Amino acid sequence: MNFLKKRRIVLDFEQHPRLKEFKFSFSKILRNPLSLIGLSLIFLFLMIALFAPLIAVPDKPEEPFRIPHEGYSVVPKPPGPGHLFGTTTKQYDIFYGVIWGTRTAFRIGFMVVGSILVIGIVVGSISGYFGGIIDEIIMRITDIFMALPLLILAMAIVTALGRSLDNIMKSLIIVGWPIYARTVRGSILTIREEDFVRAAQAQGAGTLRVIFKHVLPNAIYPVLILASLDIGAMVLTAAALSFLGLGAQEGYADWGQMVSLARNYIVGPQGQPFLYWYVVTIPGLFILFFVLGWNLLGDALRDIFDPRLRRR
Amino acid sequence: MLVLELKSEEAVLEIDRLKVNFYTYEGVVKAIDEVSFALEDGDTLGIVGETGCGKSVTALSILRLILPPGRIESGCILYGTKDSCIDLAQKNDEFMRSIRGNDISMIFQEAGNALNPVLSVGDQVNESFLLHRQQELCESVLKRIAEKRDRLSVYRRFLIWRYRRKLRKAEGNLLKDRRYGRLLKIEALRWSVDLLRSLGIPNPDEVVKRYPHELSGGMQQRVVISMALACNPAVLIADEPTSNLDVTIQAQILQLLEDLKERYHSSILFITHDLGVVSEVSDKVIVLYAGTLVEFAEVRELFKNPLHPYTRALLHAVPHLGSRERLESIGGNVPNLVSPPSGCRFHPRCPHVMDICREQKPELYRGMEGADNRHLAACFLYQQEGVA
Repeated sequence: MNFLKKRRIVLDFEQHPRLKEFKFSFSKILRNPLSLIGLSLIFLFLMIALFAPLIAVPDKPEEPFRIPHEGYSVVPKPPGPGHLFGTTTKQYDIFYGVIWGTRTAFRIGFMVVGSILVIGIVVGSISGYFGGIIDEIIMRITDIFMALPLLILAMAIVTALGRSLDNIMKSLIIVGWPIYARTVRGSILTIREEDFVRAAQAQGAGTLRVIFKHVLPNAIYPVLILASLDIGAMVLTAAALSFLGLGAQEGYADWGQMVSLARNYIVGPQGQPFLYWYVVTIPGLFILFFVLGWNLLGDALRDIFDPRLRRR
Repeated sequence: MLVLELKSEEAVLEIDRLKVNFYTYEGVVKAIDEVSFALEDGDTLGIVGETGCGKSVTALSILRLILPPGRIESGCILYGTKDSCIDLAQKNDEFMRSIRGNDISMIFQEAGNALNPVLSVGDQVNESFLLHRQQELCESVLKRIAEKRDRLSVYRRFLIWRYRRKLRKAEGNLLKDRRYGRLLKIEALRWSVDLLRSLGIPNPDEVVKRYPHELSGGMQQRVVISMALACNPAVLIADEPTSNLDVTIQAQILQLLEDLKERYHSSILFITHDLGVVSEVSDKVIVLYAGTLVEFAEVRELFKNPLHPYTRALLHAVPHLGSRERLESIGGNVPNLVSPPSGCRFHPRCPHVMDICREQKPELYRGMEGADNRHLAACFLYQQEGVA
């Protein structure tokens, strides 16, 4: 036990500067009302996703993402007892759909942005640090991707791979990484000329050590902020692709897919344009608040990480 | 044109006809052109010259840290004793890594930039230990574990096994094991604290946890020096270590370097543009101009009796405390190194220019006073005294 006590000398948490900095960052989030709203929205969605099986109990636990439906009537039913948010075409329950759709949204956001982040950081680091012909080749490849409209390219890829949510994610990863690679490369180009990189090399550090310990920690913040803003944007793009009919099969709990289902009921019959307001408004609001939450949080993170804005 | 006199038994580092070019868009920048000098064991050699004359490039080429588009064209960088010396210019990167920081290390110009802003001071100082002293660290850790009498005997046995294994690996091939383990890092941090204490940093246990921006300029410079000195290098290259400090701190740092040289028996290559600092710390001085060596002398001799016209002009351009004389500037501009002047690179600005200066590159000649062999100047004015 003596041993553990000794160790505490080094990891004195009261004094540890990294923890102190984190506390400062957190207090900064709490002071800004907008970032507080963003944080609460994301927290709310996180809770919904986490407790989805308790909020909307699935009929078939083995496939919870399948929205239950009673009957095949194409006309939506308004909110009422039994169906909190009403039902959409073919009587799919909207409440169940949006609750479980939260999980899908998080899955899309995290998986897509996470993969893009990893690919972008690795490719961007290689390109920026080594420079020369490697840099040239990688940057020309990113140019090719960035020359094509993002949504159109994603659509083409999904169409080629076949219609499914997984393929939407794959296509978004393929389309999204070049921007990240560029951002990382840009910041690495400035960092690698710094004296402390030379100093680390003069101490005898190898290439990988220099990249991961000295260059990347200095270069990573812009891309992390980009990522937090992009989680919302990627969910939005995925929803757009789903709406265009490239997403999951009918009845899968996915916000974009639910809006897509209700396509014919966006405008009601003659004289009553808002008769079926709930079919698109409710999933639409979920998408809106989800994206808004991430955007506000991303803005807050930028304020925190940008050293010029930080100490205001 | 071998500079035989410079080759000596005691030389620990010897640069022989080093040539470094930078291949830029505007053309080939001939940054260092056939510079030779030797650093003797226990000596401090000052390298003096104005901005852009190739001082820092020389330092970086010794460590082989010249980045593309720069390249060492030719020449030798001999390190070691006379019997067993190695040419660093020929070695691969793997080998250079084991030299850097361990045998030859460098103090960088601006301490504020030479420290990584996102790592704590301790993390940066202990890096040298982790990279070059793994074996000793493992032994130390094992000793510490053996001393402890605690109840966690299974965990202890695991630790002993783990660090014995690490020790074996470290003995076999240096720098291979990159996963250090907690205890090794903690041990390295302990060593760092001791090191910082020995450099006169107050409260070192606190300082290792701080980040560079929380320290003052003088403290930052001390930390940078401690990073360079961690493994007792035989050669310490100090690239303008005091140029951004105010004079009182400057004096402290110079005193510190002097003390450390005594304590660790290091040789120092001291790069500066400040002639006052050079006269303070160096034993011998070389003067560089536009990538060429123009003069080599003992420090007193150089200030008393400068031979090369450039050195003379340089000394005239230094303000003297208390004197109200007008300072003389050197006429003309520093040449563009893409197309340097033919012959002697100083000839367009030289008051004693002769025809031969425009055509031929001067070799190092013995000084006018003859008797002193150790005063050399690359100028045709001293041609009759004979090639050194």
